Amino acid sequence: MSRSTNRIWPLLVKRIGMLIFLSALGYAIFLSVGGTYRLNDADLQSLFGERSDLIRESEADFVDQPIRGKWAFLSELRRVSKVVAVDARIRYGLSEQDVEGMASRNDGQPFDLKGEIARFEQEGHQEKAKKISQWLGWYDGKSLSEEELKTQLALKATDINRGISGLELSPYAALAITRQASQGPARTHPGRTFLIIFGLALLGGMMVILPEFRHEPGIKNNHIQFNGLNSRGLAGILLGTLLIVFYIALYWFPAWVAEWTLMADPLSYWINGGPSSQWFLYGWLYTFAVVTMAVRFAIKYRHSPYHLVRTASVTFFQVGFAFLLSNILHRLQLPSRDLKNIWPLEYDFFYAEKMNAMLYPPALPWFGKAMFVLGIALIVLGVPLLTYFYGKRWYCSWVCGCGGLAETAGDPFRHLSDKSLKAWRIERYLVHGVLLFAIFMTITVIGSYLSNSETFLGIKTPMIKQWYGFAIGAVFAGVVGTGFYPLMGNRVWCRFGCPLAAYLGLVQRFKSRFRITTNGGQCISCGNCSTYCEQGIDVRWYAQRGQNIVRASCVGCGVCSSVCPRGVLNLENGPDIDRTAIQALRIKKDGVQVLP
Amino acid sequence: MHIVILGNGISGITCARYIRKQSDYQITVISGESDHFFSRTALMYIYMGHMKYEHTKPYEDFFWAKNRIDLERAWIEQVDTERRVLHAKDGRSFNYDQLVIATGSVSNKFDWPGQDLPGVQGLYSIQDLEELERSSALGINRAVIAGGGLIGIELAEMLMSRNIPVTILVREKSYWDNALPPGESAMVTRHILSHGIDLRLETTMKEIIAGPDGRACAVLTDSGERIEAQLVGLTAGVSPNIAFLKDSGIECQRGVLIDRFFRTNVEEVYAIGDCAEFREALPGRRPVEQVWYSGRDHGQTLADTLCGNASEYRPGPWFNSAKFLDLEWQTYGDMPAQIGEDLSSLYWEHPSELKAVHLLYRKGDKRFVGINSLGIRYRHLIFDRFLREERTIEYVLENLAAANFDPEFSKAYERDILELYNQQTGSRLQPRNKRGLRGVLQLLKSV
Repeated sequence: MSRSTNRIWPLLVKRIGMLIFLSALGYAIFLSVGGTYRLNDADLQSLFGERSDLIRESEADFVDQPIRGKWAFLSELRRVSKVVAVDARIRYGLSEQDVEGMASRNDGQPFDLKGEIARFEQEGHQEKAKKISQWLGWYDGKSLSEEELKTQLALKATDINRGISGLELSPYAALAITRQASQGPARTHPGRTFLIIFGLALLGGMMVILPEFRHEPGIKNNHIQFNGLNSRGLAGILLGTLLIVFYIALYWFPAWVAEWTLMADPLSYWINGGPSSQWFLYGWLYTFAVVTMAVRFAIKYRHSPYHLVRTASVTFFQVGFAFLLSNILHRLQLPSRDLKNIWPLEYDFFYAEKMNAMLYPPALPWFGKAMFVLGIALIVLGVPLLTYFYGKRWYCSWVCGCGGLAETAGDPFRHLSDKSLKAWRIERYLVHGVLLFAIFMTITVIGSYLSNSETFLGIKTPMIKQWYGFAIGAVFAGVVGTGFYPLMGNRVWCRFGCPLAAYLGLVQRFKSRFRITTNGGQCISCGNCSTYCEQGIDVRWYAQRGQNIVRASCVGCGVCSSVCPRGVLNLENGPDIDRTAIQALRIKKDGVQVLP
Repeated sequence: MHIVILGNGISGITCARYIRKQSDYQITVISGESDHFFSRTALMYIYMGHMKYEHTKPYEDFFWAKNRIDLERAWIEQVDTERRVLHAKDGRSFNYDQLVIATGSVSNKFDWPGQDLPGVQGLYSIQDLEELERSSALGINRAVIAGGGLIGIELAEMLMSRNIPVTILVREKSYWDNALPPGESAMVTRHILSHGIDLRLETTMKEIIAGPDGRACAVLTDSGERIEAQLVGLTAGVSPNIAFLKDSGIECQRGVLIDRFFRTNVEEVYAIGDCAEFREALPGRRPVEQVWYSGRDHGQTLADTLCGNASEYRPGPWFNSAKFLDLEWQTYGDMPAQIGEDLSSLYWEHPSELKAVHLLYRKGDKRFVGINSLGIRYRHLIFDRFLREERTIEYVLENLAAANFDPEFSKAYERDILELYNQQTGSRLQPRNKRGLRGVLQLLKSV
């Protein structure tokens, strides 16, 4: 008995590890919701400029007042902003007297815009002057009666005043304010807090992961279907909820994770030279998850060289390209992109600001241009050629960031993908629909760019960009794509939503040397392959009739081949003849049918 | 025409599917075990938590209605061949025009004292699995498995997955050495021991002892040792499940006796799969074939006959596969445990890893007759060709790389195997193919 899997201590280590990990997570959540917040005079000045006077006057209590808890702070902030807005309108808006004054001064003669602006500036109303120059340009030189002017200007003033808010509370501004106000250890000792939280998470994670070495190499999916975390039990639902909330915070309420960005500041300064945005934080968390869970994956599948090489590859591309390189480019003030990202997954590649950043960069123009050329080359040459030779796996399970997370952190949830025919039908409509949407959106973007107009073919470009960014970029790819790992499996986005996967899939389906070959009549229909297919392909349906598998959605992760107890499935590249042939349909009569 | 198939395992279901492909006959499949076809070989994975029951169903539930295959849930107790009526336990009866018996097996019992106690069971059906779950819920400190072979090791793996210590009692000198030659058997034995399974060779069970609660509590071995065990697995093979045919007039021995067209002695009654016994065994095969693959073959062949295209059962070269814990085994052709005088063998084993390839060939004309491989996957397609085309061992070795089916980046050992042959025989063979599909196509074209 050289090895025993029955000993107690590995289970104990795993339990304790899980507790340590959960306490790190709990502490991080506590820091982000349970801290104390205070804005002193200097903070107000730096955050709100002259608006801070309004707060000092009408909400003196707010200044230097410690507030416990993020909810309380953010709702207080909203309240103050509302109160201040009333005062701000009075102070910075155009009053009835202002309107009447302008009307009487310009009665029946050409409207003197310059004079009015100068007048308000002289009186010290810089903001009013600015508003007038911005909004009343149309009246410049027009002659109207006092009455007429009065009615029209009054209407304008209402519009102008409506736009005057108290404190700007856009998601980014709220994040900046919360970061400034936060008083806890994340603010005072960010480096130390960062090390404690991620140190504990790493320690706990490794205590859970490394004892898996006690099992002999080979597939050990024991208890996955009993474990609530892996099979939509309470733990799974909780994890899903947590992830969904995190993504919602990330996209729309970054102030919720302000403390986490504060903690990441030292790392961010070190790598890209600036403070951490929520996106830097996200990049770090993503990379941390990929790397630690890659260790788990590599241990679990260590008997398979294919999985070891592939896992090393996705980890390298996540750490090197997505995280380090894009941040270093930012630091060097070069156009910053994840160089391995490809349109239409990178749906904003053709956005004017991004193209201009690459084509007309402030420094090293050849670099930005090379980056643009690389991006185009990947779309028109890289995808078809590499997919022809190796199948879409070259990207989806070897390079891609979404794939990287799915193949590492997502592995414990791969069996949750729906294998039904119905799901396949939905998948085809949805994923190709998103591809069409992406193409359509990009055409309007490029059209607008070239014609230098806000609309193209009668479509408002900013609106369609906004819709795509919201529905596909944020909700589908982020909230659903990753938040639903514990509910619908680890490839929800890749299977149902990713337009690049759709493009790669079309090539793989119709012109590629890749397929999963089945081994004659050896299939026993056990169902492990279908169960563990993260893309929801009913692999067994093909295997049991001896048919090779050529499917647009297959990302070539190779797990079906690994979990097969009879050695039936193999990922292979080879001459593109008769890839879908049924090789062993009738074994009894004519022997195993072979390629013609 | 109404064809009734008794049993919804791989044989019966394959038969039903192929009848439907070729005809419009009314098809009814009756099973007492389950509502739908599931993969029996996957029962172990349900217990281990790799899969749920629904994952083991090869077809979605809508498939049966869509293909007009009627499913009935009933245990048939009596077959009236005169009136062509089946009588079920629940009082229902079913008429048929043609009857296909595909009722599979039951676990062997060898009149051990205590073999019918609660806590003593085989592992074959869903009901067995449910029984095992009930026993597990009561708590098992140790399990004893009587009988080696493929089901024994599966049951051991299942119990180990729940951290239940397992003792396996095996009559043989080395694990499954009545089916595997010494080298392979020794490797499997080593592998089982390395997993911490208490494997007792040359030991048999004498008696199962009941505890105060009336459940099995211990096992006595032939050496007189008493092993405390709350679960006793009976895995010394299976026999045809034909008890319900007792007074039917259908002639049975070990199984339902059939000819090569699966015809029984009674008109319009056929038998396929585990429960059938050929009156005359096929050359190189056993009269009762108890393998998934043969069941599937039987079903396909009989479907042809029933649809008016009388087909004799003429299976291709033998093949099989299994997994002993983490060790995969595949075989093609004839690989007897005891190698006859007229055969030569080439046995290669990896010096440290669990990998072995055993090739057998005739001494005189060097004709290749079979292969066992452990820890390396080989292509059925290619070996089927080698065997049908009656290739020599040298041809097989030269082209062995093309037959390799291991995943990409796996180390290839075909060259080592070939070198071993060269060394042993003084030949100077060179590999003619490379691994991968290119090699396969090259080989297929060269024929």
